[in-house]
Amino acid sequence: MRGGMVQTQQTDARQAHFERTIEHEQRIEPADWMPDGYRKTLVRQVAQHAHSEIIGMQPEGDWLTRAPSLRRKAILLAKVQDEAGHGLYLYSAAETLGVDRSELTQKLIDGKQKYSSIFNYPTLSFADVGVIGWLVDGAAICNQVPLCRSSFGPYGRAMVRICKEESFHQRQGYELLLHLMSGTDAQRAMVQDATDRWWWPSLMMFGPPDDESPNTAQSMAWRIKRDTNDTLRQRFVDMSVPQAQALGVTLPDSELRWDEAAGHWHFGTPDWDEFKRVVAGDGPCNEERIRRRREAHEEGAWVREAAAAYAAKQAAKHAAKHAAR
Amino acid sequence: MEAEAGGWPMYEVFVRAKRGLNHVHVGSLHAADDEMALHHARDVYTRRNEGISIWVVRSDHITASDPNERASFFEPSADKAFRHPTFYEIPDDVGHM
Repeated sequence: MRGGMVQTQQTDARQAHFERTIEHEQRIEPADWMPDGYRKTLVRQVAQHAHSEIIGMQPEGDWLTRAPSLRRKAILLAKVQDEAGHGLYLYSAAETLGVDRSELTQKLIDGKQKYSSIFNYPTLSFADVGVIGWLVDGAAICNQVPLCRSSFGPYGRAMVRICKEESFHQRQGYELLLHLMSGTDAQRAMVQDATDRWWWPSLMMFGPPDDESPNTAQSMAWRIKRDTNDTLRQRFVDMSVPQAQALGVTLPDSELRWDEAAGHWHFGTPDWDEFKRVVAGDGPCNEERIRRRREAHEEGAWVREAAAAYAAKQAAKHAAKHAAR
Repeated sequence: MEAEAGGWPMYEVFVRAKRGLNHVHVGSLHAADDEMALHHARDVYTRRNEGISIWVVRSDHITASDPNERASFFEPSADKAFRHPTFYEIPDDVGHM
């Protein structure tokens, strides 16, 4: 009884310290005490983000061998490499919470952890590469800039690095589209078609509407989420509309109009049934994305094992040499 | 940790951004050995000229202070205000000191 009470008091003191730290906009670091719920929620958030970066290599990776010029190919290759890098920063941040990367990878390929549902849509033309940079990476930037101030130190620091690099991603996409728009009618039609297909899924990237997002309040109190889904979605629409105008494409929303009173662009409602279906696994590419990730992981096993065997052999050789001396 | 990728240990990565600056911790990664850790560190953490020098060290070779003991561990420095220049009152007309 007594021991239990002492422990409770200790936890209360730690909890108070934790809350004070967050209230003062200071960061929680890995070795600090934190509530189980905070740790769990963060592991889920960071892992899901890491998985999204890794799976996100696939839709654009499909165009690496078919890029229309060496310049575009080099840019696309650099971009896809960045996504791999972002995944690694984030797995590294997740591991500071006491989970293991291999465990997270396993959960991804077993379908037990999710990734952003945007990557379950196919890339049908090279204009998709441009639109993904412009809209999908644009939405990601909207989401991620506030997360640079996440209360969890390693996640915030990873986000700072990622945001710097995302800016290149968005700009290369927009430039690609500008280039296509200055081309033939067929090329302009490609851009419009890609915009039509990616616009609504991009709006869904911010997650369900606020009144259907039960975890938002707690995550915002913990400051691991800094703005609500609807706030971010509105910010993204307000940013994107002038960009679409400058580009000369039409956004596929008949309700889209400037709301003078609100000072925002009014937009229509995304198809949330489609969103739920795709999140639940029934999108155009869900099965393919996971299958390819699983194949890459399993077919790469021999490389990991060979490297480990080589390292062990070298270490043994080194030890023997050291002993002989 | 040993379960990872057929037993690849974790390394911490430190990067010197340019001459005149310290190496700073930037994150961690997994690698089979020291050399691979250096190559991975270059590829993951310095794709845009972020560094001119990298250190990698196995995470399990780092000894760290305990955050729960922070108060007592750093206590010897907390109560010595006289170590700071502002502790001393110097007349204004002496000028900058």
